[in-house]
Amino acid sequence: MRPDGRKNDEMRKIEAKVGVIEKADGSAMFKIGNTIAIAGVYGPKPVRPKHLEDPEKVLLKCYYDMYSFSVPERKRPGPDRRSIELSMVIKNALLPAIFVKEYPKSQIDVFVSIVQADAGTRCAAISAAAMALADAGIAMKDIVAAVAVGRVNNEIVVDLTKEEEDIEGTTDMPIAYMPRMKKFTLLQLDGKMPADDIKKALELAKTSCEKIYEIQKKALKDKYLKMRENENKD
Amino acid sequence: MGIILVKEKDIVIPGEKVASGMDFLPSIGTFREGEDIFASKLGLVEIRNRVIKVIPLKGYYMPKRGDTVIGIVTDIGFSGWTVDIGAPAEVNLPVGEALRERIELLKSDLSKYFDIDDVILAKVFNVTKSRIVQLTMKEYGLKKLRGGRVVRITPSKVPRLIGKGGSMVSMIKKYTKCEINVGQNGYVWINGPVDGQYLAEKAIQMIEQKAHISGLTDEVKNMLEEGVKNEA
Repeated sequence: MRPDGRKNDEMRKIEAKVGVIEKADGSAMFKIGNTIAIAGVYGPKPVRPKHLEDPEKVLLKCYYDMYSFSVPERKRPGPDRRSIELSMVIKNALLPAIFVKEYPKSQIDVFVSIVQADAGTRCAAISAAAMALADAGIAMKDIVAAVAVGRVNNEIVVDLTKEEEDIEGTTDMPIAYMPRMKKFTLLQLDGKMPADDIKKALELAKTSCEKIYEIQKKALKDKYLKMRENENKD
Repeated sequence: MGIILVKEKDIVIPGEKVASGMDFLPSIGTFREGEDIFASKLGLVEIRNRVIKVIPLKGYYMPKRGDTVIGIVTDIGFSGWTVDIGAPAEVNLPVGEALRERIELLKSDLSKYFDIDDVILAKVFNVTKSRIVQLTMKEYGLKKLRGGRVVRITPSKVPRLIGKGGSMVSMIKKYTKCEINVGQNGYVWINGPVDGQYLAEKAIQMIEQKAHISGLTDEVKNMLEEGVKNEA
């Protein structure tokens, strides 16, 4: 039994919403348990500074930011070593899903804000950013879904909380996955894990990401289905 | 035999399979992988015989060959202008494609012809494989637009603004006594009496917001009639 009473293959309650930032070209909110990520996408637009321009591909810029009030003890605001690394990790996880050659000499900005954190923020950030990119009308091969799997008390579990992460000997493995193409775009591992367990963990991540994908799909479609309903009422 | 997995006007998300089989053809907003066709953008499905399209609900203007567009000059270079047409990348308009006369580059000041913030009516005469957009102003009717104002709408809603055979836009022109130029890029230029300009802008914004409603023409007509009455 896990600390919050979930089964090993059970994720926390997920909520997804598209179109949360009015001024952004695309935006989405992804909530998993107590972790909330809000993503905004701006672009494609001309590259600034100009020397970063790529004549063949789009330039994807990601900014991950954790708000100072997102954790129990105040976090120093602004970018730090951790957030810079996570920005890079999120960028690399999203890039395989985008048709990069559709937008040469352009740049897409992705801003992800963590409003509330309870472990798994990078995964929530990726899931939110993928929806925001689709909402912005960017050509994509697939939607990226992400979740953390790990080993707590010698058992393979999905979607760890902070409480579980802090248990002695816990291994945590954030994973991003493209359900249609069946490809992993992010796989990180801090700590030790036997090879057999990794295989089991990856399988668990796959099935969990497919569940998240369905939620993302529903959220993306719901925004426009609702719009259509409202119009018919008028 | 191939099968279509979606219906006309269905909403699809990127990566969603829309059809399988080689007898269907992927058009804009879709791509083929193996034997199947997938959507690449969030949008509405449009099926025309064997051709499958996804009309994006949002997104920037993607320049297409033959489009007439309205641009705003953002920079003056040595041998041409940089023009904002709402596309993801910057677009260049060389002197040779902009002016009928030949000028000596070293001796002339290009801002004499088009200055920054000037509005121009131009045509996309080619989009290269590497997506470089080539503009021209050497065709009939392409010119600098003097005065007036520019209103921006989503490019996918341009056909709605123009209407069947130009019915919608000519109606707005009639009621507001304004000159209106609609670019395929979603930039709309309006010029005329000040009250008319204001009314036309209101009508255009209304079309932008309610683009999917059927019977929009009548609604816009009512709005315009009321606006004209209030003026008088």
